[in-house]
Amino acid sequence: MTALFPSPTGAAAEPKPDKIALAARNLSIFFGQQAVLRNVTIDIAARAVTAIIGPSGCGKSTFLRAINRMHELNPEARMEGQLRLFGEDIYSPGVEPVIIRRRVGMVFQKSNPFPTLSIAGNVTVGLRLNGIRDRKVLAERTEAALQMAALWDEVKDRLNAPAISLSGGQQQRLCIARALAVQPEVLLMDEPASALDPLATQKIEDLIIDLKKDYTVVIVTHNMQQAARASDFTAFFYLGELVEYGPTTKIFTKPAQKRTEDYVTGRFG
Amino acid sequence: MQTLAFVCALLVILPLLLVFFRLVSLGASSVNWAFFTQLPKPVGEVGGGMANAIVGTFVLIALASCIGVPVGILGGVFVSEYSHRRLNWWIRFVADVLNGVPSITWGMVVYGLIVLPMRGFSTLAGGVVLGLMMIPLILRTTEEVLQLVPGGYREAALALGIAQWRTIWRIVLPTAMKGIVTGVLLALARIAGETAPLLFTAFGNAYWTHNLNEPIAALPLQIFAYAISGHDDWRRQAWAGALVLILLVSAINITVRVLTRDRFSLRNH
Repeated sequence: MTALFPSPTGAAAEPKPDKIALAARNLSIFFGQQAVLRNVTIDIAARAVTAIIGPSGCGKSTFLRAINRMHELNPEARMEGQLRLFGEDIYSPGVEPVIIRRRVGMVFQKSNPFPTLSIAGNVTVGLRLNGIRDRKVLAERTEAALQMAALWDEVKDRLNAPAISLSGGQQQRLCIARALAVQPEVLLMDEPASALDPLATQKIEDLIIDLKKDYTVVIVTHNMQQAARASDFTAFFYLGELVEYGPTTKIFTKPAQKRTEDYVTGRFG
Repeated sequence: MQTLAFVCALLVILPLLLVFFRLVSLGASSVNWAFFTQLPKPVGEVGGGMANAIVGTFVLIALASCIGVPVGILGGVFVSEYSHRRLNWWIRFVADVLNGVPSITWGMVVYGLIVLPMRGFSTLAGGVVLGLMMIPLILRTTEEVLQLVPGGYREAALALGIAQWRTIWRIVLPTAMKGIVTGVLLALARIAGETAPLLFTAFGNAYWTHNLNEPIAALPLQIFAYAISGHDDWRRQAWAGALVLILLVSAINITVRVLTRDRFSLRNH
């Protein structure tokens, strides 16, 4: 579709993007005077998992939050450049951030189910607070979202129990179900497994790989193995700039840049 | 050092114990059925009660709540949830100053604002003065408990594409509900015993009234009027009234204790 993806050299099994979900052009984000993200140009493939890696403070979380305009919660934030979601400029005047956030879901580092709501209440909250009242629709979406988040079998008998009665790993999968229930096109994940034990992490990673059948997933992670295991494409950010971007196998085995190689092999970062 | 601190700690408790024992020994004998059901008797006649004053205190508290609770809570929501840094600084500052304003000053203000223009003391004026005193108290406690709600809940709701006002109304406020109710009850306990501002506004009344334009009796006013009188029976009733008032305020405080006991465990079933 575009020439921005490095053409796969050698290994022919690398996935080729057949459709672009997100396209950033010279995207810069400033907080006050400070540029946190500088001139990022990137095309993110639809129905694939793209990992964003880089040391702390490299701008990867800011990039993620720019995709659903969450960085605007900081009143000092300002952006330059362009960001298109399936061809539509999400920063053009007249586009409501609320609408963008329904199309681009987000899962956070720390699981945050609403403590006043039940398990089912958490899954449907995005629908109910956006005006969907039909009980049948809500029940269907609850089951579908929990199935997709691989949580249904564990909670189907106690949907009305408080969400905070679940374990940490279950709570995070509940948050994924909550994000999926509003049927977004893209799912952003900001270190979704960094607070979980290895077993719960494994479940989340399996889930991420499952999700790409239906969704475009962008995941920020500090865990190199996780990026290598779960993603199709990897973008390496450093000091607010996109250093290298390409198929995950290439980034981890034959990176073009010295800085990428140093980071993925653990020499710095 | 420890001994000295212990003595000082005792000094904190001692006045309450002394007051309570004195009230019980002098007032308990006059707290009887007639006290709660009968109107005050004319000068010289023995017996009668404070039924109208007890009801009057509840009427004034209810009227004050109609003003103080919504304005105080919404004001607290504004200061906590909307970032207008300079304006919020001023609102906090003014609320703190108002919390320190002597209660008699409040009475004089409402005397000028309502009693003079309406040509007479009234229930309305009494309710308004107590309501105005509640606003800064509730505003500050609401703001503080809203700040205790983790930011992750707000972000999670906004990331689902839920509008900010709905996020506040359906997610943030319910999470902080216990703390807000506690703040309201503390404000009620604080104003229930106010006397000085009522002298200029509600004024007191020996009879029943159903008219917001007429003066109304209140426990503190009745206690004050009876305590400075020369009649032994009235003085006994003043002690009884003081006992009932302190029990009322204690009951509110105990409710607060029960509510706040598991405030940080959120909601567990």
